[in-house]
Amino acid sequence: MVQKLDHLRETPSQTAGPYVHIGCTPNFAGIQGVFDDLGADPFPGEGDRITITGRVIDGFGTPIKDPMIETWQAGAGGTYGPGTRGWARIVTDPETGEWSLNTVKPGAADGQAPHIAVWIVARGINLGLNTRIYFPEDDHSADPLLSRVEHRHRAETLIAKATGPSAYAIDFVLQGANETLFLDI
Amino acid sequence: MQRWQMTERLIPRDLSAHPRAYAPDYKTSVSRSPNQPLLSFPTTQTEITGPTFGHDMIGQHDNNLILNFTGQPAIGERIIVHGRLMDEYARPLPGCLIEVWQANAGGRYRHKKDGYLAPLDPNFGGCGRTITDADGRYEFLTVRPGAYPWPNRANDWRPMHIHFSVFGHSFGQRLITQMYFEGDPLIARCPIVKTIEDQTQIDRLVAPLDMTMAQPLDCLAYKFDIVLRGRTQTRFENRPEGM
Ligand SMILES: [Fe+2]
Repeated sequence: MVQKLDHLRETPSQTAGPYVHIGCTPNFAGIQGVFDDLGADPFPGEGDRITITGRVIDGFGTPIKDPMIETWQAGAGGTYGPGTRGWARIVTDPETGEWSLNTVKPGAADGQAPHIAVWIVARGINLGLNTRIYFPEDDHSADPLLSRVEHRHRAETLIAKATGPSAYAIDFVLQGANETLFLDI
Repeated sequence: MQRWQMTERLIPRDLSAHPRAYAPDYKTSVSRSPNQPLLSFPTTQTEITGPTFGHDMIGQHDNNLILNFTGQPAIGERIIVHGRLMDEYARPLPGCLIEVWQANAGGRYRHKKDGYLAPLDPNFGGCGRTITDADGRYEFLTVRPGAYPWPNRANDWRPMHIHFSVFGHSFGQRLITQMYFEGDPLIARCPIVKTIEDQTQIDRLVAPLDMTMAQPLDCLAYKFDIVLRGRTQTRFENRPEGM
């Protein structure tokens, strides 16, 4: 016999369900006057904005209408925080499933190429999905995460497309041929 | 130059503690579950850091779902839900945001997509939030949510539950889960509960009645402790120049 390790196990996840917005963005869900929705602007008062748009697409190729997305990133100077600076909570258009993030372009941090961390929850997603957004104009050759990806086309699912001045687009594909590379972070 | 350097990292996630992504008895998971394996990589600053929230953002009634919608009391069994937020080393996690949402006492959500027969309670919104104290403790005052039917198999019902959204100190600790109530016979029949294969992990989501916190002539209490991933350190030796 040996001593028993007294570490705890992580509490298991459960799906966020169809009503996640009641708890996380109540005003968006039509519940006004209790408290404000958090995460509307990751960099209040900071200029030089970029806009990233996209959709979350299911195994039928259909944009899903009920996810909640959170993002976390360094500021333009490559540092994280303080407080909620760099954190955003994104809802999708209930008709089209399109989302949009207005933020600043992150600087390189920690020897990594500039990127935004993404966490997606929704009905039917049993454990929140982690992924990243990288930018097409940056050098990714020394990025510790991208350099681990064996198949180039899988790495490309993390790189947004430039669609205009300071505008990018990226879809998160949950399943199928163009499935997004999801991360065990 | 220091001989050793330390960098902080997250304990790798034990995915067997969690539900499977693809769980066909929960039908929506079939088309929303990735087929490809997740990419594992060492913790970077991106995952070890995360948003932090100040106690000053929390209003007086934010954690009181009985009163926080209109100021008039909601209908239902009055309960306290309380517990401790800690990590895998049982260290308390202070200053962390916890958000909850739930159906009213009849099992109806205040949401335009919820068309269940049970009526809305004009005094119940269904959302609350709080920030853990210096010992990682939190508390909500609410009404016990009703069970409700949902479109999945022909006659599926959700057990009584409260949804929890939990922040730690790291973006990589982020967790959403659901709390169930001791003694509810619907727990064992629920395909969402059963997306978790390990019964001991299911038990971790079932809050026991806690009569030590029940308030005489006022409300019952349930205790729900939550464990997020732990943080530890990687130690590595600095190599001398030129090696
Ligand atoms: Fe629910």
